[in-house]
Amino acid sequence: MPTVAPLDLEGHCVAAVFLNDVPHFALADGAIHRLDNGQKTVQANDGLLAAFHDAANDRLITGGEDGKVFAVKAGGEVSELAGAGKKWVTSVAAGPQGAIAYASGKTAFVRFADGKIKEFAHPRSVEGLAFSPKGMRFGVARYNGATLHFPAAEGKPVELEWAGAHTGITFSPDGAFLVTTMQENALHGWKLADGKHMRMSGYPGKVKSLSWSVKGKWLASSGAPAAIVWPFQAKDGPMGKAPLELGTRGNTMVTCVACHPSQDVVAIGYEDGMVIAARFADAKEVLLRRPGKGAITAMMWDKEERRIVFGSAAGDCGVIDITA
Amino acid sequence: MSDAQTQIPVTVLTGYLGAGKTTLLNRILSENHGKRYAVIVNEFGEIGIDNDLIVESDEEIYEMNNGCVCCTVRGDLIRVVEGLMKRPGRFDAIVVETTGLADPVPVAQTFFMDDDVRTKTKLDAVVALVDAKHLPLRLKDSKEAEDQIAFADVVVLNKTDLVTPEELEKVEATIRAINPAAKIHRTQRSGVALDEVLDRGAFDLSRALENDPHFLEAHDHDHDHECGPDCDHDHHHHDGHDHHHHHASDIHDVTVKSVSLRGGEMDPKKFFPWIEKVTQMEGPNILRLKGIIALKGDEDRYVLQGVHMILEGDHQRAWKDGEKHESRLVFIGRDLDAERLKKSFEACQAA
Repeated sequence: MPTVAPLDLEGHCVAAVFLNDVPHFALADGAIHRLDNGQKTVQANDGLLAAFHDAANDRLITGGEDGKVFAVKAGGEVSELAGAGKKWVTSVAAGPQGAIAYASGKTAFVRFADGKIKEFAHPRSVEGLAFSPKGMRFGVARYNGATLHFPAAEGKPVELEWAGAHTGITFSPDGAFLVTTMQENALHGWKLADGKHMRMSGYPGKVKSLSWSVKGKWLASSGAPAAIVWPFQAKDGPMGKAPLELGTRGNTMVTCVACHPSQDVVAIGYEDGMVIAARFADAKEVLLRRPGKGAITAMMWDKEERRIVFGSAAGDCGVIDITA
Repeated sequence: MSDAQTQIPVTVLTGYLGAGKTTLLNRILSENHGKRYAVIVNEFGEIGIDNDLIVESDEEIYEMNNGCVCCTVRGDLIRVVEGLMKRPGRFDAIVVETTGLADPVPVAQTFFMDDDVRTKTKLDAVVALVDAKHLPLRLKDSKEAEDQIAFADVVVLNKTDLVTPEELEKVEATIRAINPAAKIHRTQRSGVALDEVLDRGAFDLSRALENDPHFLEAHDHDHDHECGPDCDHDHHHHDGHDHHHHHASDIHDVTVKSVSLRGGEMDPKKFFPWIEKVTQMEGPNILRLKGIIALKGDEDRYVLQGVHMILEGDHQRAWKDGEKHESRLVFIGRDLDAERLKKSFEACQAA
């Protein structure tokens, strides 16, 4: 039976991650709590809006209302990486070679490991940011499409057009596909080799959480009463194929998904705070946490594939141990 | 969502540069009214008050991908409201200040069309500040000035000290011609009582049509309405009434007009398909619509309001004893065929 070690915090949890195998919880007020032989807290942004787990450097990148970008490391080390002035930093991402990207208004910034900062002005707001897993390249989700920049080189960006407002963005782990979340209840994808479009629609709600399964074979998503899991094994991605629907419930919505690091299993968090795990092969479900106070907003598996750290919109966070 | 008590009210302030928005905002932020406001502005500069909850945001209009040209929202507001609402304990209400040239419609529609925003907040009222001196000029050179008035629930007619009484009457008559349903306050230096612009519940169906007893009657030509002792309407505003309301063309440079309809009890089987069809077909031309409908065989008043193609309606309260069961509906918009609306509306009356 899985067991849950709860941690009741005050406020909306933006990110829940393991740093050096220690559970960390980043709240909207900018406090970073960790369970490291007791609860310890450090302060990052004054108003934390966005967070990205930089797996390669085992750190959490945060951006916020104070217009600043911080890096949080295990052990409570918080360092300010950049500032964008008075405007909110609404999106952050981490890339190769210690580079990070952040967005403020209509500008995307890249900060290289040596501290050098490069600006990328856009005609419209920069909504979402993601680095490609290969090469120094990052994508911007924007109104009517996405833009790919090559920050280490001079030259024109690549524009990918699709009508509508694109709010979030992710590359597949092999770098072959780019997928955006949209203001409307849909995902949009591009096969980068030939620019072929992929429409993934039919969601009853906005998609806010995406997670690639091991080796990018599947893309799990929130925004429906079930986790919608699109097949990406074929060279054209999910086109012409139906997605899996896992963990369907009648009275609530999936708000967060997190794929298992090595198996075709996804942890599914719901609006009512319940967490389950579901297997792709046979749709078998295991209850991991009963409903709580708020919607699940963040989840991450640990390296040993034994624990899941989770956060909620109401602050009732915790760590699930699936082996206990 | 049923969780109404956690919905934060949002006031939208529109008005041309120099109309007095910043003065009003400064009052909202500094006066001792016991409430805390988060303010979303386009530029910090003008507000002289240091406050953590002033958020600068670039106006970003998104067309929805549904083929409807009037379905627009403000993408930046969605993002900012979501961010603010992650720490909801900090403020009691939100004020959105728009740029002088802003179209108020996408701002308002954001609060109806985006599910996340709609769950957490509710549009309270759209307030337009108007410079009494410069309005005639503004109406000449822009459609936005007219739209802002047409769309408003409350019009603050400001800088009245800069015009003669005759000019003021004329300006107010123009405002009335564009928008007969709005409440007008004459002010100097944005000196309107804050409770006249904040917490109005103008989009709240249960309140909207209740707190202005003159709604839809402001242009009753027979003046059969008698105000009771608790009527809070500013009666002096009637002074400025000339009767041009249905004929906006009498006033130069005005392209918005209102169509007021009045009828008896409606047949719900006819009325609902009709109003659906009107908002579908005429949606792009309709800026606002409001109505109180008497439905045959229904003990409750049915209230309606709309923005372009968005239509909301609900049972409001039981008809009072002796209250006349009549239906009233006003459309504010452009290129509206008053005669056809009137005929088709009247055809929905119960036999």
